[in-house]
Amino acid sequence: MVLARPRTVDQVLEAMAATPDALLLGGGTDLMFGVNAGHPLPERVVALRRVDELAEVAATGQGHDLGAGLTWRALEVRLAQAHPALAAAARSVGSPQVRNAGTLGGNLGTASVTGSTLPVLAALDAKVVLASATGSRAVPIAEFLRGPGDVDRRPGELIVAVRVARVRGPQQFLKVGLRASVITAVVQCGLVLDLDRREVRCGLGAVGPAPVRPAAAEGFAAEAIDWHRLRAEPGVARRFGELAAESVDPPADLHAPAAYRRHAVRVLAERALTRSLAA
Amino acid sequence: MTPAHLARVAAAATPTPAADTPAAAGGIQDPAGPYALRVNGEVRQVRGAGAADSLLRVLRDELGLTGAKDACEQGRCGSCSVLLDGTLVASCLVLAADAQDAEVMTVEGLAAAGERTRVQQAFLDHGAVQCGFCTPGFVVAATALLTEAPDATEVEVREALSGNICRCTGYGRIVAAVRAVQAGDP
Repeated sequence: MVLARPRTVDQVLEAMAATPDALLLGGGTDLMFGVNAGHPLPERVVALRRVDELAEVAATGQGHDLGAGLTWRALEVRLAQAHPALAAAARSVGSPQVRNAGTLGGNLGTASVTGSTLPVLAALDAKVVLASATGSRAVPIAEFLRGPGDVDRRPGELIVAVRVARVRGPQQFLKVGLRASVITAVVQCGLVLDLDRREVRCGLGAVGPAPVRPAAAEGFAAEAIDWHRLRAEPGVARRFGELAAESVDPPADLHAPAAYRRHAVRVLAERALTRSLAA
Repeated sequence: MTPAHLARVAAAATPTPAADTPAAAGGIQDPAGPYALRVNGEVRQVRGAGAADSLLRVLRDELGLTGAKDACEQGRCGSCSVLLDGTLVASCLVLAADAQDAEVMTVEGLAAAGERTRVQQAFLDHGAVQCGFCTPGFVVAATALLTEAPDATEVEVREALSGNICRCTGYGRIVAAVRAVQAGDP
């Protein structure tokens, strides 16, 4: 194995140009989990831990470019005001040990079904910023995430940041797992009420190959909410949950049967909207 | 990428490559070869490790530091907790070769030989140790918490220790030990 330990994005891109098949190593929480279980380590690894410029929160005109090297802990602490659902999702991950190591870019690159930023980034209409030796591009999150481990990242490209607009309005993140810490998510729900665009945007995670946006539920809630008072008639949140549950076709696995996941989607979506309207 | 290009990357990416190692030619090196780790304030040479070895394995099997315990190897139990540049991590999830140029602190490095930190003493005083397997991980995690947030509430203490599993004590005495350190109890 060969290991590159660059310190700048330019050096990362140079190393990737030299070894296009190299695996990019963020915090190691996914990679070493597999390696310890006996999966071979790729022949070439580019380690990103020393690239300080990937760990920045950069203000843009409308929001922030969140560096791909930001750890869960950094997201939890630094985004609590500006992007509260994303901060809450970060805080729900693993344990302090895992949150100190795992990164935003790693979550996107691994693109696990249960990745905890993914449903929130879907609800935020985030874009993934990729750079290569020949330029950069920003890809909408819904196009970037194609399935488990399958993302729109071309050879030689590095995930450098996630671009999120700052949204005015309540946000929620809720997760069901088998206990509070160090669990695999059974269902995740990110909810964003966008007061300026009068949109309800919901991302449901761990219920399909990529986050699900329940369009019918979102449209129903956007129509049903009194946007001036941020209130809704009794039963609206319940109906929102039911429509969200109808929009998913969740898998069954060792963590939960499909029917449980669908039920949990209904409960979490209803709860998230209820809390948003009561806030 | 030209050889000159590679050398430039190497110069920036590798602080102290020996002139005769592959590292000097590429910013890229074979981590299965000898490399240095800075552990508990000492530079230690790692000679026999495999390329894919975790920091936990290198600490225990190469460097003889068996305080960090090997249990789940999935980052789920916390028994292998160490500090990497002062930050609490699960050493089983750190690629050892990627810990070069970081400062590693294990439970062995918290107190001088034969001495105990206040956290360690409090664990003894409060019966926070039964079989002892998880204890080094808890001590390191508690030390990290008390360094970062000495005034943490009990809920925050419990959250800070939520990545460490104990199958004996039921956690109450462990939390009591940490609270006693916070309270300044001798």
